[in-house]
Amino acid sequence: MQDRFASPLRTRLSKVRGLGAARSGVGHWWLQRVTAVALVPLTLWFLVSLFVVLLTPNVVVVAEWFASPLHALLMVLLFIAAFFHAKLGVQVVIEDYVHGPMAKYTLLLANVFICFTCAAIGILAVLKLHFLDVVAGAM
Amino acid sequence: MPNDTPVPLRPTSPHLTIYRPQISSVLSIMHRMTGLVLAVGISLLVVWLWSAAYNPAFFGTLHSWLASPLGLLLLFGWTLSFYYHFANGVRHLFWDIGKGFALHQMEKSGWAVLVFTFMMSAVTWGFVYGATGGQ
Repeated sequence: MQDRFASPLRTRLSKVRGLGAARSGVGHWWLQRVTAVALVPLTLWFLVSLFVVLLTPNVVVVAEWFASPLHALLMVLLFIAAFFHAKLGVQVVIEDYVHGPMAKYTLLLANVFICFTCAAIGILAVLKLHFLDVVAGAM
Repeated sequence: MPNDTPVPLRPTSPHLTIYRPQISSVLSIMHRMTGLVLAVGISLLVVWLWSAAYNPAFFGTLHSWLASPLGLLLLFGWTLSFYYHFANGVRHLFWDIGKGFALHQMEKSGWAVLVFTFMMSAVTWGFVYGATGGQ
């Protein structure tokens, strides 16, 4: 099977070692691009359509919006792509500007934990709003 | 063999402060800063959705906070950051496939990003203002 990360972007030596010059290979760079490309349509969709919902301080309107499987799906995808992208970006900023090992690794860990937790909370909220409609219909 | 000759105090690697700010470097650091701003912004979006799903009372409170002058200022900042990071990110993606990398092209696309950012932010907030009747 063709390994995406063993593409021509890597030298043979790095393929053998499984590590790049930065000891992490091309995976970080590549995933940042993948999530960036995904975020182009997702954020545009979010701005164009959800912005209308954002303006109404009405929970019912928001819940009705997410009753649509397409809206719920796109929102889940947006959270996954956005927080993955944020995790990768913030990680580089920490690596570049924080030099004390203790502070650096604490922040790197916190970054991963916060990004994944926020993504999970966001997805859970979308699912709750989405299935609210189903539960109400079944009762 | 040990060498006791003292190392002369040579200038160390480039210091950012001695460079004249250029459009390329300024836009580059702005991409990072807006990225950090957006990471905070998307977390707020999670709080907003979480409150809609689990705490409707707080949902109303959050909306009144965001409608305050400070809240609107923050939202406007996030709008600017979003359009900037979006446009400049697309610029980066074109560089990644080897397009637009000549200096004169980079300069032109850099200014285009700035124009796009301010124009789209104005359009967005004009739309918001129109839709809410200035509420």
